[in-house]
Amino acid sequence: MRSVVLAHEVDWGGWRDAARTLALSNVPPDEVVWSVRAPSDLFAEQAEDMPMPKPSGVFTVSRALVSLAETVIQAREPERFALLYRLIWRAHAGDKHLLEQVTDPEVNRANRFAQAVRRDTHKMRAFVRFREVVEQGVTRYVAWFEPSHFIVEANAAFFVRRFATMTWSILTPYRSAHWNGVETSFGPGASPADVPDDDKLAEYWRTYFSSIFNPARLKISAMTSEMPRKYWRNLPEAAAIPDLIRTAQARVDAMVNTPVISAPKPTNRFAQTVTELPSSGLARAAVEVAECRRCHLWEPATQTVFGEGPPDAQIMMIGEQPGDKEDLAGRPFVGPAGQLLDRAMAEAGIDRTQVYMTNAVKHFKFEPRGKRRIHAKPDTAEIMACKFWLEIERAELAPKITLMLGATAARAVLGRAVTISRERSKPIPLNGSTGFVTVHPSYLLRLPDEEAKAREYVAFVADLRAAAALLDTV
Amino acid sequence: MELLKKLEILADAAKYDASCASSGTDKRNSLGQDNGIGSTEGIGICHAYAPDGRCISLLKILLTNACIYDCLYCVNRRSSNVQRAHFTVDEVVTLTMGFYRRNCIEGLFLSSGIIRTPDYTMEQVISVARSLREEHGFRGYIHLKTIPDADPELLAEAGKYADRLSINVELPSRAGLTELAPEKDFAGIRRSMGQMRLRIDAGREKSHTGRKAPRFSPAGQSTQVIVGADASSDRDILDMSTNLYGSYGLKRVYYSAFSPIPDASAVLPPRPAPLVREHRLYQADWLLRFYGFAADELSTDAAGNMPLAIDPKLAWALEHRERFPLDVNKASREELLRVPGMGVKSVDRLIRARRFRGLRLDDLARLRLPLAKVMPWVVTVDHRARGLDSLSLGKPAAKQGELLL
Repeated sequence: MRSVVLAHEVDWGGWRDAARTLALSNVPPDEVVWSVRAPSDLFAEQAEDMPMPKPSGVFTVSRALVSLAETVIQAREPERFALLYRLIWRAHAGDKHLLEQVTDPEVNRANRFAQAVRRDTHKMRAFVRFREVVEQGVTRYVAWFEPSHFIVEANAAFFVRRFATMTWSILTPYRSAHWNGVETSFGPGASPADVPDDDKLAEYWRTYFSSIFNPARLKISAMTSEMPRKYWRNLPEAAAIPDLIRTAQARVDAMVNTPVISAPKPTNRFAQTVTELPSSGLARAAVEVAECRRCHLWEPATQTVFGEGPPDAQIMMIGEQPGDKEDLAGRPFVGPAGQLLDRAMAEAGIDRTQVYMTNAVKHFKFEPRGKRRIHAKPDTAEIMACKFWLEIERAELAPKITLMLGATAARAVLGRAVTISRERSKPIPLNGSTGFVTVHPSYLLRLPDEEAKAREYVAFVADLRAAAALLDTV
Repeated sequence: MELLKKLEILADAAKYDASCASSGTDKRNSLGQDNGIGSTEGIGICHAYAPDGRCISLLKILLTNACIYDCLYCVNRRSSNVQRAHFTVDEVVTLTMGFYRRNCIEGLFLSSGIIRTPDYTMEQVISVARSLREEHGFRGYIHLKTIPDADPELLAEAGKYADRLSINVELPSRAGLTELAPEKDFAGIRRSMGQMRLRIDAGREKSHTGRKAPRFSPAGQSTQVIVGADASSDRDILDMSTNLYGSYGLKRVYYSAFSPIPDASAVLPPRPAPLVREHRLYQADWLLRFYGFAADELSTDAAGNMPLAIDPKLAWALEHRERFPLDVNKASREELLRVPGMGVKSVDRLIRARRFRGLRLDDLARLRLPLAKVMPWVVTVDHRARGLDSLSLGKPAAKQGELLL
């Protein structure tokens, strides 16, 4: 039998050295007895080192196992040192997937210890309450906390990161941690008597706690499962709990039974402030279209996306429908397809600010799919319902060139099914003006291979250029 | 008015907002700083629990409970007789810093009644956040309630200081909002959510031009909807949530069972909505977001409401008995996620564990699965579920009964 006496309850360095030495010396777990030096000796003179055979050779264990061991060693469980050594022993013996075997009894036990430590750590971060102490002009913050496990040392860094600019002490029964603004130090345990009384803000905090409580939703077990009673004596707000519980029902009864004032139904005070509709047809349509109910597409959408551009534009560009980005922004052609179109227009020498840009359908049609919305093609009925607005735009603008991007736009303008590949790239006479059909930029985005993409992009730019050139001929 | 009294009034006025999350923002701390205070490390901390079982993570208050709107469900509506109070910017800052130093809170959740104009109100709310961040070096969490259709520049500034922004949709249907809150603009709320999503997405993107988009609400946006104040069914509500998650990338939709308020209006339902309905909606919301369910798969009655007595996953499983029992040693992750009693974490651990050995019942126990709940639906090496009909699955557990209080 080997006996290992660790310096204190979370003597990680001592345990690791011993475990490494023992494993390299092939000492099986059954032959080791682990213990911790009596706490009274901790801050006494360092006792002489235990004689240990020096390790020869090295061995490594996974980072995950080291991390688990660092957590488990904080558990208030006398068997933890031996349990961890058994895991090290098995890993050393070649069990590569040890920690993945979560139903293995030893792995399971270690995980449960770790979980208890993590929970306790979290509760310490939650339930430590500092009291402010001013002594000789210096402000310090002092807290008393009773952890279930040996978590103070490992948890001090959290409080340092958060309260780095304060001077503070956290006192617990087994250890105290101090931060002076520069470094952390640890001392022996303390007693509640070492902690000052509640400071003046405690009353404010208790008031907040009482006021944020909704008596109509009393659910005591939900509170106690997350904030067990053992923590209450350290929490200034907990003093309010018994009264809040006792009076809750009476407060609800008072609310429910008080005769309600039969206030008139509210009216919209601001309804009268609706401004007069603009006189120009296009501007008026832009206001009215926001309330369009000609088909059901408005319901799931954010907003109507109407056309935009100068009212005297000579070119009108018509796409299919707004996409995800356009629906959010309320403007046409601002998403990925719009950005591609911008680039192509710039290459074709077309100034976007001089073009009126719109869509055949003014609402985004989509299928919800988890965190995304998937574009859905508008059907003929929807295109026809929305044609009302497109006709107003076309009539008010009377553009020289009407550029139709894709089959939906072509159908809306020409009133028939159009095969893009057959009818693209050439002028199509419209009533007193000229139409021109090409692909929709989203078609280019959907092409799977880069070569086709590049080829089609060139053709698209050529189409844009050809359409713009028609301005000189019509 | 005494500050203590203001705190009492303006915390009381804020308690109908369910959100208290303080997770998921960027990481920061106070190490090596000359002044200021605070840290955020990804996981929020619940610093206390009130006897209503709700966590207290943030100092949740209104800047003022005066309001020019008259939303019937709201305790702060202009026709209500509640006592009114206003905080100054400095008072909110002092309370936030004081509570934070004592480790009572993770940060501030600031909302406000609408005073004068939406833009004016938004400016006041932003002033608090600006003072905390810029004058006091506050590095804790800030959640700001934004006002629909406030000036986009104000929205941008709010997003610069806040970790999270939110706008409440308040009611699941446009009709409900028109009826109970005619001054609120359903479309305007959605437009603002759209604006926020665009800015949040831009703030997250790593710009290829090397110029980073300005910081904007790194912990995203959320919303709240009141359940049981209008006629909307569970199905209506879940369809709305599906739309909101997909359209605006919301982190959370909070469901708040309509709760009696002092000085209530006669137009409202006289009784509070059952808390268990709210609970079922949260369960269903989780099924939509993490378990691969679609809203139209969940079982509802003719009116579109889910059963209150059993949870929505159990209700679904009872309607799809032909898919069970499932062999836990062979079933896919998607299938396992649909077993009553199995959560996302336990399914993932189960899948890891079964690579090493055929799982038995005691393995499931070590995975901390609730055996009584799981056993009727699964096959393990040493167990085969017998007919479901012999079991009284429909009986609500004691815990659920408690929710009916």
